Amino acid sequence: MASIWEYANPKKFIDTSNRVIPGLWVLALLCLVTGLIWGFFFTPDDYRQGSTVKIFYLHVPSALMAINAWFMMLVASLIWIVRRHHVSALAARAAAPVGMVMTLIALFTGAIWGQPMWGTWWAWDPRLTSFLILFLFYLGYIALWEAIENDDTAADLTAVLCLVGSVFAVLSRYAVNFWNQGLHQGASLSLDAEENVADVFWYPALVTMAGFVLLFVLLVLIRTQTEIRARRMRALLARERMQ
Amino acid sequence: MIALLKRDLALAIRAGGGFGLGLAFFLIVVTLVPFGVGPQSELLARIAPGILWLGALLACLLSLDRILALDWEDGSLDLLATAPLPMEGIVSIKALAHWLTTGLPLVLAAPVFGVLLNLAGPGFFWLTLSLAIGTPALSVIGTFGAALTVGLKRGGLLMSLLVLPLYVPTLIFGAEVARRGAEGMAVETPLMMLAGITLAVIALLPFASAAVLRVNLR
Repeated sequence: MASIWEYANPKKFIDTSNRVIPGLWVLALLCLVTGLIWGFFFTPDDYRQGSTVKIFYLHVPSALMAINAWFMMLVASLIWIVRRHHVSALAARAAAPVGMVMTLIALFTGAIWGQPMWGTWWAWDPRLTSFLILFLFYLGYIALWEAIENDDTAADLTAVLCLVGSVFAVLSRYAVNFWNQGLHQGASLSLDAEENVADVFWYPALVTMAGFVLLFVLLVLIRTQTEIRARRMRALLARERMQ
Repeated sequence: MIALLKRDLALAIRAGGGFGLGLAFFLIVVTLVPFGVGPQSELLARIAPGILWLGALLACLLSLDRILALDWEDGSLDLLATAPLPMEGIVSIKALAHWLTTGLPLVLAAPVFGVLLNLAGPGFFWLTLSLAIGTPALSVIGTFGAALTVGLKRGGLLMSLLVLPLYVPTLIFGAEVARRGAEGMAVETPLMMLAGITLAVIALLPFASAAVLRVNLR
């Protein structure tokens, strides 16, 4: 049976991801278009929130991916620390800007949603605050990658930062919970809750979430390929200079 | 280890003013706040615990680059790395020296500066206690940030960006202890959380700092 570690070989990784990427494009676009059109035009308005509820189809999936992107970076960093596969470190690097943009989308759509609903663009609510802190963690992580010239050093340092940052991000999440009570509603999509959003809203949301997951995987694959090629190019240039 | 601690302390005290600068910065922050928000004493009393914590945190942050940068430049960090001392011990001692020269003076000066900001009576004890418990965490976390950025030419700004988000939990619980103490409320929960954070980072973070320092010395 083929092991997942075969994809630690950059060539194998690029070949396989090239085969997967067109299909992912189709699936991601299909899910996003279907989910968003379904959500925007074919669901009833909420009886209290009116049509503002529809930003939900962008807000929730992006928030979901903002957290999952960091989690993916954490796993990739661990793989880099333990097994030292370069593709893994590059994948973590490639995922960071995508995750940061997802965080921004979640923050902005949340502000746009919050203005008519809560009467304010921003409140120091635990969830909002911890997302802002998550955004700062993304910023620091990306800045550290950019600042260090040696690739291996940068990969090592950012991997440790990702591990330490994860612990502190979780800690901050609970600390801000303690610090201020929030306006934000509780989890409305948990699998075990008695009361969830109604099925009419739930199914299109599920489709857009699938679309965001696929889009994230797609973007990370493409960006990882770019990183691998950029590194090859630098190696070739360096070799040329040597001759 | 003791010798290293003595050396670091002597360097900090003798080598041109590094010692008092954090304290002076703290004083300036405290002086500037009334200019920014106005001199009404009720308002100052209400924000005093938070401002004092924030000032101490920033004073701590500004002195972080001295923890490792000088030793990195003159090569003594390489010598220390080849010494029989484990790297975890070196970074812990560095953090301790930083706390003794920056954190401890801040703790001792905070009540005096509290007078300037019209801090409420019961707040003095809790502010000092929370700073005494919380500032070691700031030093240890800061050493991690300093170890991450030690190889960079202009790492100061980047280090702030990396370290400040890590300071969030300490600041929240520390300022909460001071605020509740000043308002005469129960302080046990945030106090224990603060102590827990400090003990956990003292126990665990030196391993991360040592790991990144080894990478940087490679």
